[in-house]
Amino acid sequence: MPFEGVDFYETDLLLSEEERAVRDTVRRFVDDEVMPIINECYIEGRFPKKLVPVMGELGLYGANLPEEYGCAGLNNVAYGLIMQELERGDSGIRSFASVQGALVMYPIYTFGSEEQRKHWLPKLATGELIGCFGLTEPDFGSDPGGLITTARETDDGWLLNGAKMWITSGSMADVAIVWAKTGRLDDQGSIRGFIVPTDTDGFSAKDQKGKLSLRASDTSELVLEDVRVPKDALLPNTSGLKSPLMCLNQARYGIAWGAVGAATACYDEALSYARNRIQFGRPIGGFQLQQARLAEMLTEITKAQLLNIQLGRLKDQGKVTPQQVSLAKRNNVNMATECARETRRLLGANGILVEYQAMRHMVNLESVYTYEGTHDVHTLILGQWATGLNAFGE
Amino acid sequence: MKIAVCVKRVPDSEARIKIGADGKGIDESGIKFILNPYDEYAVEQALKLKEAAGDGEVVVVSLGTAAVQETIRAALAMGVDRGILLETDAQPLDPLGAAQALAAELRDGGFDLILCGKVAIDDYAHATGTMVAELLGIPSVSAITHLQLADGQGTAEREIEGGVEVVEFTLPAVLTAEKGLNEPRYPALKGIMMAKKKPLDVKPVELDPGGIEVLDLVLPPARQEGRIVGEGADAVPALVEALQSEAKVL
Repeated sequence: MPFEGVDFYETDLLLSEEERAVRDTVRRFVDDEVMPIINECYIEGRFPKKLVPVMGELGLYGANLPEEYGCAGLNNVAYGLIMQELERGDSGIRSFASVQGALVMYPIYTFGSEEQRKHWLPKLATGELIGCFGLTEPDFGSDPGGLITTARETDDGWLLNGAKMWITSGSMADVAIVWAKTGRLDDQGSIRGFIVPTDTDGFSAKDQKGKLSLRASDTSELVLEDVRVPKDALLPNTSGLKSPLMCLNQARYGIAWGAVGAATACYDEALSYARNRIQFGRPIGGFQLQQARLAEMLTEITKAQLLNIQLGRLKDQGKVTPQQVSLAKRNNVNMATECARETRRLLGANGILVEYQAMRHMVNLESVYTYEGTHDVHTLILGQWATGLNAFGE
Repeated sequence: MKIAVCVKRVPDSEARIKIGADGKGIDESGIKFILNPYDEYAVEQALKLKEAAGDGEVVVVSLGTAAVQETIRAALAMGVDRGILLETDAQPLDPLGAAQALAAELRDGGFDLILCGKVAIDDYAHATGTMVAELLGIPSVSAITHLQLADGQGTAEREIEGGVEVVEFTLPAVLTAEKGLNEPRYPALKGIMMAKKKPLDVKPVELDPGGIEVLDLVLPPARQEGRIVGEGADAVPALVEALQSEAKVL
């Protein structure tokens, strides 16, 4: 049955006709192409690579970037709705699109030369090329400024050395955006971004084994051992730690929307189950404990929807602050994680089965809670904004 | 090749329908409207024919209130070149009146082919497409599942009871699309953005009041609760008995 979504506060009235059309197209794509295969992919621990060109043809990658580079040229609300609908299917599918758009295409568009934009963006937009983003390292997660991957200028280019971890799409990527220090290791200002084709000598990627979350996603470790790239591999307008953080801010914005998709999928499943599951001679939805669960989910989803739309409008007006994005990422992912957990519980024993979505979303969301700035890091960002005092340890 | 596709705005098949206060129409508040699914097959076929020919024009024509513009733009987003809305004050109920208005618009349009869905999923009249053909005095083939065109001639297949009927016709003609004719494409995001830049002519029309009046609209009775006749193999005779004598389905 087609997914209908939840719209308790008539938030559809806040969307334009095009925004709704975009949402409905992606919703239908998820119904037709993602839902029938996602459980199998999840169990097998495999990203559904065959969807890459289909999503490209629809225009889902970097959809908020300009048409002249082969992108859809949508506003940020429509972009958010794409992420919402993709994550209604699975966080791994949304993660793929987030990385391709916000962490690979966005930095090439924002920090790249015109030649770099023209060379890379159209092929990334169609999915002909897959990208990944290498910032996090084994010893530098929440503290990315400490990264120790280095880029040394040579006569004819750059020499890169280092290792990156938790890299979505790392093993299947054709190109990696690698962040490295061109100066001393204690100089965060020397962090620059490089476009590194993954078939360059010295570049290797290997699958992160043993994941219990985001199983329908490629998560890899990258190793750069004397990787030589030409001078024009440097993204010329990157300057210091703030450049990769700007990328993360784009991705976090999409995650704030995506979380609502996952939460809505769970609420929908919980509601349907509560109406149909009979215990003690009546649907379990008639019991107060289950109603409390559903009322809580409905409330939190509705608040998050309203928050996202306003966040998107601010972003379209160029007024959004990183702190506002942090608040939405923090709130929405946390609430989605709670919705998934409560749905799993409402479903009783059935809730542990893959044929129901709740537990898949529940464990996926533990990753989403942790990546792109952990929940705790966003707490400190907001704390710093409120007090003016930095609690990050420096 | 110039192709017209007639489309209709209908309530989503998943929508929970409520009867309006006058008891003669539905309450449209809170209902999502979509491009009639059978019309989607017609749009897809038109786009396929144009793509195969390498040139041509696909024009979508619809009838109804200003709200129908959204439905027309859904077809434009799929790749249709331009749209025409024959605007009325209210959604037309009589298929003949609708067919007359559509035929009047299509008559001098120079179309090689006119495609429609075989039925609209709101009133299930199955009538408008074939009426348009009759009014234009050109051949019509209804509920087609396969189509081939060459040199001003066409061959279409229709699924009939127990077999397939193959029909030949000359162009121009009106064809109505059945499920199975093709798989309609998703409107890509660029298509959605381009749709608002494509021409959409709005022409007010007066409809013939027609010979049909809706007296009453009622929802189907609520389904009765099921009954469990027993458990396990022992219950089979009682179940067969109930299916034979009560439900009368065996």
